[in-house]
Parts: sequence; C-alpha cells; structure tokens
Amino acid sequence: MNTRVELPGLNLKNPVMPASGCFGFGREFAQFYDLSHLGAVIMKAATGGKRFGNVTPRVAETSSGMLNAIGLQNPGVEGIIAKEIPFLETYPTPIIANVAGSTVEEYVSVAEKLSETSVSAFELNISCPNVKEGGVQFGTDPFLAENVVREVKDVSDVPVYVKLSPNVADIVSMAEACAKAGADGLSMINTLTGMRIDPKTRRPIIANKTGGLSGPAIKPVAIRMIYQVYEAVDLPIIGMGGIETVDDIIEYLLAGASAVAIGSANFKNPLVCKELIDQLPEGLKKYGFESVNDAIGGAHDETYSSSISRS
Amino acid sequence: MQREWMRIVKHTEVARDTYQLILNGDVAQHVREPGQFVHVQVSQEYFLRRPVSIADVNQDESTITLLYKVMGKGTNALTGKKAGDFIDVLGPGGKGFPLHDLNTQQALLIGGGIGVPPLHYLGKKLKEKGVQVTSVLGFQTKEDAFYVEKFKELGKVFVTTNDGSLGTKGFVTNVLPDLKDRIDTFFSCGPTVMLRAVKEEMCDVPGYISIEERMGCGIGACFACVVESNDDQGYRKICCDGPVFRPDEVILP
Repeated sequence: MNTRVELPGLNLKNPVMPASGCFGFGREFAQFYDLSHLGAVIMKAATGGKRFGNVTPRVAETSSGMLNAIGLQNPGVEGIIAKEIPFLETYPTPIIANVAGSTVEEYVSVAEKLSETSVSAFELNISCPNVKEGGVQFGTDPFLAENVVREVKDVSDVPVYVKLSPNVADIVSMAEACAKAGADGLSMINTLTGMRIDPKTRRPIIANKTGGLSGPAIKPVAIRMIYQVYEAVDLPIIGMGGIETVDDIIEYLLAGASAVAIGSANFKNPLVCKELIDQLPEGLKKYGFESVNDAIGGAHDETYSSSISRS
Repeated sequence: MQREWMRIVKHTEVARDTYQLILNGDVAQHVREPGQFVHVQVSQEYFLRRPVSIADVNQDESTITLLYKVMGKGTNALTGKKAGDFIDVLGPGGKGFPLHDLNTQQALLIGGGIGVPPLHYLGKKLKEKGVQVTSVLGFQTKEDAFYVEKFKELGKVFVTTNDGSLGTKGFVTNVLPDLKDRIDTFFSCGPTVMLRAVKEEMCDVPGYISIEERMGCGIGACFACVVESNDDQGYRKICCDGPVFRPDEVILP
C-alpha cells in the first residue's frame, strides 16, 4: 500500500503528523516510540521572545473533547533553534515550524530566523484563540490575513501553510485571501472558541475564561470546512480536528485533506500517531483505496457516488 | 513511563466519596520515588486522563495502590470498576520526593484531604531508612478521614478536621507551631491554599511540597500544568518537573 504524499516542501512517507501544541517538540513522545515513523512533526508554536502563557487552570474536559488556553507558551524562536530543532533533526522526519506572533513584524522576524534552519515548511498560526494580541485577529479578517501571509512569504525560503481559524462566518473567503497572498497550502482547523462554567464555584473553569475546543466534538465542523475550501481553492490542505481512528483519517482525506494532523488524541494515548500509521494501509484497503492519493478529495467525485447509487 | 492496561485487584471505599484501588501490572516495577503519579483513563467517554498519586507500591506482588476522591462525573464513573476489570494507566510520571538525597532524622508529613495518599508511601520509605516520622493529617470531617491507622504504624499522628468531629478542630496549620521545632524536614501535599499556609508557617524549616493542577498530557508536552518559578526559566511543569518541589522553587498561585 502506497502511503506516500507529495506536498509543497514535504515528501511525506505517510500523511500522519502530530498537530502543533499537542506534541511539544517531540521529546516526551520519543520515550514511547521512534519519531521516524511520523510523516512529519509540526512543532509547538514559535514566537519572537519567550512566552509564559496564561494563568492556570489552562485545560478543562468537555463532552468528546477538551478546552485549552495555554497561551502559546514557548521558549522563543532562538531557544527553539538552539535546543529543539537539533533534537528533531536526529530523526529522518520533515519538521514543520508553527510560526506565531502578536504583530506582522514578529511573524516576519520568526519566519526569517527559522528560514535559516532545516525546517521543511511553515505553518503560519493566524488562528490561536488564546492570546490577547495577534493570533486569531489575523485569522478572522481576510484583509489582515492576506497581509501577514504576503509579508511572511516574502522572507520565507520554505513553503508556507496557513492554519485557519474556524471562528469565522465564511471560511472560504479566508482561504481565498491566503491563496491570493501566495500561501502554499492550508492547515485546518484550529480550535473553536468555547467556555465551561463550574456550577460549584460559579466561575469559568479555565482561568482565561474562554479556551480552544478540540477533540472529536469539532470533527464535523472541520470536515465541513475542508469540504467547502477544497471545492473553492486550489491549495493542498492538512486536515485536523478530533482524529482518533483510521476511519477519521479517511474521512478527512475524502473531504479533501492531503494529509492529517492528530492533536488532543495524543493526550489520551501517547502512542496514537504510531498506531494509526501502522493501521492506515489496512484501513485504506478495507474501503478499496490503492493509495492515500486515491482517497484524497474522494467525496467530491460525483461519478463515484452515482455509480454506487446505480449499482 | 509506559502505557499499560492494569488489572484491578481490589476496589474499596475507604471514606466518604474516597476510594482505594489496588492495581496489578508492570508500572509497579518502575516507580522510583514516593510522590510520583499515574495518569488514569476512566473510559473512552471521558476525554482527559486523571492524575492520581501513588499511595503504596508492592514490587513483590507488582501492585500499586491509588486513592481518589469523587470530584465529578469522571471519577464517579471510576467507582463502577470492579476487581478483575482492566484500567488504562500511563505512568509512573513525574518526580517525587528525592529520598536518595535526603539527610533527615525527624520528618514531618503534612497532608490535606486527597493530598494524604502519596505521603503514606513516603512515610513507609522514610521509616525503612530509620527516619522518625510524625504525621499531621487534615480532613473536612470525620467521615472524610482515611488511612489514620496506617499512618499510626509509621509514627505519631495528629489529625485535624474543619468541624472538630475528629482530632483537633481547625486546619493542619493549627498544630504545626508545636511540632516544627522537633523536626528537621517537612513534606506536604494537599490543596494549594493549604500548601500556601504550610509554606508560610514552615518557612524556616527545609521541606518539600507536592502540587496538584489540571493536566492535559501528563508527560510534559502540552504546558497545561505549569507553576510560576523563582528563577530565569519562569515556570515549572508540574507533571514532569514536579509534582514535588522545594517551597522556594515555585510561587504558589
């Protein structure tokens, strides 16, 4: 079974990678399995300086998912270049750097510095719902998104994937703005802004009050958005949101994703990425696919649907 | 650290809403220090794992003992598990009380509520090393108290309850002034508000505190359970740098 996928800047041996923010910089998961198995690694967000993130509690459980408001805590781009990238370079696995910032200048500066390293691609994080400045502001206004993508593209030596926020009324216009600015691909979706309140304390459970909802609860939203964007915009998509099984991966491929990222499922089972990579060939075969490429965008193939209904 | 389906050997209620789980599996062979925890998956229905401290280890029988309190739906669902069932456990995690580095003769254990269990395994290990152990255990009421007899096997025990239904009425800090001159190291685990009061009361005595916080991954990757630190790093991750810290190492929220 051929599980290879070619994307701009990424020659993936399989389409499965851990999602940014749910895998740190890989060290913790390396005690459970060899990171060489992964299609790629998407690093935790890099900002210009160190960020200490939000006040705790930062997570809360929800039905079929979780809320988080970490607040982009990271050692800063210099720290990541000095300590984290060298560790990931010991594996023959492409590295995707998640680039974040509060201003356009910060995004540009982080991308410039990371362009000097061995990373294979950027995931431009214009969709973090848990930071007061920047983040989701860029991801909810097509004009701001287009501007920051263009500025980052200007200084980037590697392809730029833009991580879209689902917290918008019109996801297609956001994707079109990124395409217009020269984005090489999209990654979708980031978390949905949510909130929980504890009846005992009468207060929000997360100190930040709101957090980003992830997990199986958001999968139908992600599938819908990917399906819509695939029809409207000619850019490859890395899909994510609540993936826990091989059937989930296939659903994303059929909607139009060329690869997938696994997020909060890593918290339930630290071995989940490796287990799904191992199970993927059999899963594809079960539904009659001969390769990963065979499944990509399959839900848009109306001739296939009509042939089924006729038979 | 490993993921393992551990077999439930025994599951009993030891106080109001407080349960003892004895689990059999390889994880028991990997516990290095008292104060470490396991991350338990209640079922697929509950998304996040629950960190539970280790109250005892029997390496000959390959068992660990956990105590947990019913705090919500997830922990309530855990009460339905029976002996013979298997439970998804990730562990042992974190850094515990650094016994090998300790030079102590008179130890004081200060536990509050569901912070008491890890001190039990610590107390056993200290006693094995010939350390004199005194314990102060704080509970809300008599109905919430557990393991008092087990701590009596380790040394002298003082119990406090908020309503005075057992032991001294009040908080653990009510009895500390009379004890602190007689000990050389304290070890405390309990709610943050208690740890803050203990830290203040015991400021001139060397010691260790064990902190709890909501966790995401439990292995150090997600940065959910951080606590502010007193150094350039600015934070510690409770799940992997802790849960045990020196009191001056961290700033309690």
